[in-house]
Amino acid sequence: MPTIRVDGKDYEVEAGDNLLHACLSLGLDLPYFCWHPALGSVGACRQCAVKLFKDPQDTRGALVMACMTPARDGTRISIEDREAREFRASVIEWMMLNHPHDCPVCDEGGECHLQDMTVMTGHVYRRYRGDKRTFRNQDLGPFVNHEMNRCIQCYRCVRFYRQHAGGRDFDAFSLRDQVFFGRQQDGALESAFSGNLVEVCPTGVFTDKTLKSHFTRKWDLQTAPSVCVHCGLGCNTIPGERYGQLRRIRNRFNGEVNGYFLCDRGRYGYAFVNSERRLRRPLLRRGDGARLEAVTAEAALQHLEILLADPSSVIGIGSPRASLEANFALATLVGPDRFYVGVPEEEFQLLRHVLDILRNGPAPTASLRDVEGADAVLVLGEDLTHTAPRLALAVRQAARQASFALAERLGIPRWDDAAVRCAAQDVTSPIFLATLHATALDDVACATFRAAPDDLARLGFAVARELDPEAPSVPDLTDAVRALAGRIAGALRAAARPVVVSGTSSGSPAVIRAAANVAWALCRGGPPARLCYTVPECNSLGVGLLGGGSLDAAIGAVRDRRPETVIVLENDLFRRRDPATVRAFLEAARHVIVIDHLLHETAARAEVVLPAGTFAESEGTLVNNEGRAQRFFEVFHAGDEVREDWRWLRDLIRVVGSKEAEDWRSLDDVTAACAESTPVLRGLRRVAPPAGFRIAGQKIPREPHRYSGRTALLADISVHEPKPPEDSDSPLAFSMEGYPGNPPPPLIPRYWAPAWNSVQALNKLQEEVGGPLRGGDPGVRLVEAAASAAVVYFDAAPPAFAPRDGEWLIVPRYQIFGSEEMSVLSPAVRERAPQAYLAMHPADAARLRLAANEQVDLIVGDVSYRVPHLAVPDLPHGVAEFPAGLPGLAGLVLPTWGRIRKVSET
Amino acid sequence: MGSAAERPLTRNIRPGREPLDLAGYERTGGYQAARQALTRMTPQDVTAVVTASGLRGRGGAGFPTGKKWSFVPMGDDAPRPKYLVCNADEMEPGTFKDRLLLEGNPHQLIEGMVIAAYAVQADVAYIFLRAEYRLAARRLAAALKEAYARGHLGRNVLGSGFNLEMHLHASAGRYICGEETGLLNALEGKRANPRAKPPFPPVVGLWGRPTTVNNVETLCNVPHIVSRGADWFKALGRGADAGTKIYGISGKVKRPGAWELPMGTTIREILEEQAGGMQDGLTLRGLLPGGASTDFLLPEHLDTPMDFGSLAAAGSRLGTGTMIVLDDRTCPVGMLYNLEHFFAQESCGWCTPCWAGLGWIERILAGMEDGTGEAADLERLAAHTRMLGPGHTFCALAPGAAEPLQSGLRYFREDFERHVREKRCPWR
Repeated sequence: MPTIRVDGKDYEVEAGDNLLHACLSLGLDLPYFCWHPALGSVGACRQCAVKLFKDPQDTRGALVMACMTPARDGTRISIEDREAREFRASVIEWMMLNHPHDCPVCDEGGECHLQDMTVMTGHVYRRYRGDKRTFRNQDLGPFVNHEMNRCIQCYRCVRFYRQHAGGRDFDAFSLRDQVFFGRQQDGALESAFSGNLVEVCPTGVFTDKTLKSHFTRKWDLQTAPSVCVHCGLGCNTIPGERYGQLRRIRNRFNGEVNGYFLCDRGRYGYAFVNSERRLRRPLLRRGDGARLEAVTAEAALQHLEILLADPSSVIGIGSPRASLEANFALATLVGPDRFYVGVPEEEFQLLRHVLDILRNGPAPTASLRDVEGADAVLVLGEDLTHTAPRLALAVRQAARQASFALAERLGIPRWDDAAVRCAAQDVTSPIFLATLHATALDDVACATFRAAPDDLARLGFAVARELDPEAPSVPDLTDAVRALAGRIAGALRAAARPVVVSGTSSGSPAVIRAAANVAWALCRGGPPARLCYTVPECNSLGVGLLGGGSLDAAIGAVRDRRPETVIVLENDLFRRRDPATVRAFLEAARHVIVIDHLLHETAARAEVVLPAGTFAESEGTLVNNEGRAQRFFEVFHAGDEVREDWRWLRDLIRVVGSKEAEDWRSLDDVTAACAESTPVLRGLRRVAPPAGFRIAGQKIPREPHRYSGRTALLADISVHEPKPPEDSDSPLAFSMEGYPGNPPPPLIPRYWAPAWNSVQALNKLQEEVGGPLRGGDPGVRLVEAAASAAVVYFDAAPPAFAPRDGEWLIVPRYQIFGSEEMSVLSPAVRERAPQAYLAMHPADAARLRLAANEQVDLIVGDVSYRVPHLAVPDLPHGVAEFPAGLPGLAGLVLPTWGRIRKVSET
Repeated sequence: MGSAAERPLTRNIRPGREPLDLAGYERTGGYQAARQALTRMTPQDVTAVVTASGLRGRGGAGFPTGKKWSFVPMGDDAPRPKYLVCNADEMEPGTFKDRLLLEGNPHQLIEGMVIAAYAVQADVAYIFLRAEYRLAARRLAAALKEAYARGHLGRNVLGSGFNLEMHLHASAGRYICGEETGLLNALEGKRANPRAKPPFPPVVGLWGRPTTVNNVETLCNVPHIVSRGADWFKALGRGADAGTKIYGISGKVKRPGAWELPMGTTIREILEEQAGGMQDGLTLRGLLPGGASTDFLLPEHLDTPMDFGSLAAAGSRLGTGTMIVLDDRTCPVGMLYNLEHFFAQESCGWCTPCWAGLGWIERILAGMEDGTGEAADLERLAAHTRMLGPGHTFCALAPGAAEPLQSGLRYFREDFERHVREKRCPWR
């Protein structure tokens, strides 16, 4: 390790770092703006100037930018040098010439990096007498607010948006002190990662527009570590609450998962927590045809005592959007034989497939960090930009791996971002995208392939065969597909860290098997390939590990065995199956009990509805697509009669006289019981410290030490300050009192360090800046590959897709904004969701003699939907895409064959 | 034009008339040097003779040309394509020497570029031309067309087997595009922000490939060095520096203009003999010897030879060798305000000291001219000249802008103080 001397003191640093990275990692305070740990150095802002001395004899030294200077062994620098300090203060003074000094009314105030750096450099007095330059701000859509006058021209925004995230509709315009960062004209930012501008911007140019609509000061937010519930990736988040409303979501760094960035669905999908459709009291229907009425918890439980008296007449339907503990509690209540996972049979089979492959095959599962570091990627059957957006961002970074190799040959350090990008302008790692349609990730692909799911699977089988002659052969391949398979196989074989990405969104078991074959063929012959499967929901893998039957099995059970009572946990069944089937099912069951946080269609038909907390008002464990179990914590106490769903279920278990939940006092007890239930879940106990965990005898406060108005918060109701809610489930407290330092990573409720009030305080919590959190990145991987397992290939590639006469294969098209149940309830997300449509190849549309956007009837079985059609040139013939999960369109299980009729001819 | 000495660069330039066409240029011996280089010399030979000649870059920085070429990776392993770029984005206030060469003898430049491209084994060459040089653009385009038609460009140049494509690219018209790496970004269609160095363009240049960027005048010297030898070239200079130099003068002199003279000609000779001295009734107060981004010199420096070393010793720089003269009836503060307005306006907006610092300087100087200057402003300006020093900023624009200001503050301090004291510009 090189040793550098800073202000007369020797420090060991990591080889290859720049001086800024090294100094910050050492815990030294050196101000900066343009540098970002995930974006590297460009030397624009000149804020991190230090004095560099050539040798021990050199007493004059020269200013250098720490971010642009390698920390070589023997480097001698001074941060405290007078000239360096003066220069750094000057840089702030320059930035402040035009800055509006509107901190009191700025949304960034209190967590502003510019504020912190200004204080750090000691610039105090304003000496500039000129006018300030001003800009016209733009309407950038529902997510991001624009206030350009605050800009200090650090270029982080444009570097993130264009270079890191691949956006095209945002840029830097003009020059001198009038550089404008925005769009060519007003309009919603197109990138699905636009919300990161809010965190990337070191001041208040880009702020959270949804927070603005119900603004509160940052230091008044109550926060807790959480996990995003809007897809299967499990990005770590920090939700913030004030006055019983969730106000915003911020990124929570997890080096193995989301790193520094979230997608806009994850960041802005939270408003369902504040929805008017929230259930806040138990509801009870006394007799058929009666309305649901609010009752007390005691009344509801009394009613349920009768319904649940005969255990053999009760079944439970769990949910992939509920925690492991909640699902486990339901399974405990009804018994494992009468527990159903709550997803259709088709999806259930896909999940089982994924789990079998990840647990019994030799290819280990990939974290997002593994994907970012991959030097070759094959994506089979997933439009990641819509099904798992943060994973698409990771694949985009994987495309840069080859440029790092080139830079190393040229002697350019990896952190020298502009130089690396300049040297490697036409160099990308091999990224192959085999999908149904063109995707927003195509610009980083070295080859794309569009086909129906069966043909995508055949390509995968063919790649595996090219890699390993013992893999099953694929009959009737065209020369073009065989050549492409050969090219993909060659690139994957030549890679040191190849990753195969696939998932459940195409609804094709063959695609999932094909991806496994490719990874396994690689594992047999060469580098350990990793496998990354996307799954639909935040706990899809978790319920898969728990076991149970599918929703269709539950429907079958009601039909065949006639259990009288159905308990539905956090699940709107109308999103799972067609309305007729679900209605018939709910009618066949004599008593339907729903535990959920929203009054949805299923809940509206229930006899008893118990109000549960959302992710923000409860805690539990979710298992992401990687098989990583992660804990989310209660951010705020929901009040009213809202309880964690596991608590309702515990009470029901007790009500029916079972002893199984006798010792379930806190979540830890449920987690422990769940961990004991099956060996694969044993790691659950290690996911987060138990409720009894204390540091110096203290709990971890959810409220920052600057939390204001504590005694006045509820004064309009009562001047007597109420006792804060107890939290018996976690080491966190609903209080500003407690341990003031930094807790272990799974418990970090916010980033803060003395003098660092912005998200950049994260630097102080990492082993080195940009590196893992001190104490390890949160989460425990439950799913591990069988490294030494012999490869048993899936054989029988499906036959080539054959379009049918008069019928179309209807496949789901996922929408980042719209397809997911909860996020689309956020007005901001809803605004970005598309209208319903049916996409098909223009030639297919022509065959139906459809005019542009003409309405069609899509007929699947007994169900029909009337939607405009959309001609999409890159779709395979005979395939039509129907938006998945849009409000009003959910419930159709895809893919399936259907008929399409011109409306005017019906 | 010129003294009795040799004037290789301008000998065939006929002011006020169309330049020599290809046939005319060849009748003066044109393209013989290129033929000689491409058919009878190795690329290394060419670089060696240019190195031996002592030719230093004429764009302002004075980097040894042969040495620059030697940084380009050669051989079969070298990344391809390689590029040669002629920096013809002459936009420094007071500088118009390349214009003379571009408009006056475009084939001389093309021949120089052919030889340079051969020396570094470039596959493609660009002439990056200042947007406003419309006449030069027309003449260069015509000359390129002729050269292509004659086989002097394109495949198998001059029958040598060497291939070279050459393109004329007109700049979008910003000063920063003349900064070597800003130029490369502009040529790639990106914002003309300079690049961090290292890596340097000879290794990582245009589209990430090895790229040699030379000034117009530098390249125009190359054919003459190849055909007449390094010793001949060295002997052209009067002092330590080799060759001739196109010197220019603007300001209130009798005959502003540009002249090719031996390197090391004194300021006095240029000012008094070539430009005919100051206009009647005016006295010289100072001058910027090498263009707008060099330090002021005073009448006491008139006998300083205009070469790299002598001007550095006098506290300024040769720069582009084209001086701007300040007379005793012109306000030095106003002159600096004009200059700093230009530099502030042309800041690319990348690094803070430049985009913010130059703007502040401009505002202070404007305030002095308006009568709102304050005593503390002098210290503010002086501090800025220190803060905008080399290495503090991302490129040389702001340090260049600081040079006339720092020397102006030193030499004309009384003028600044009068502006503050009298709350007006005393020259108006």
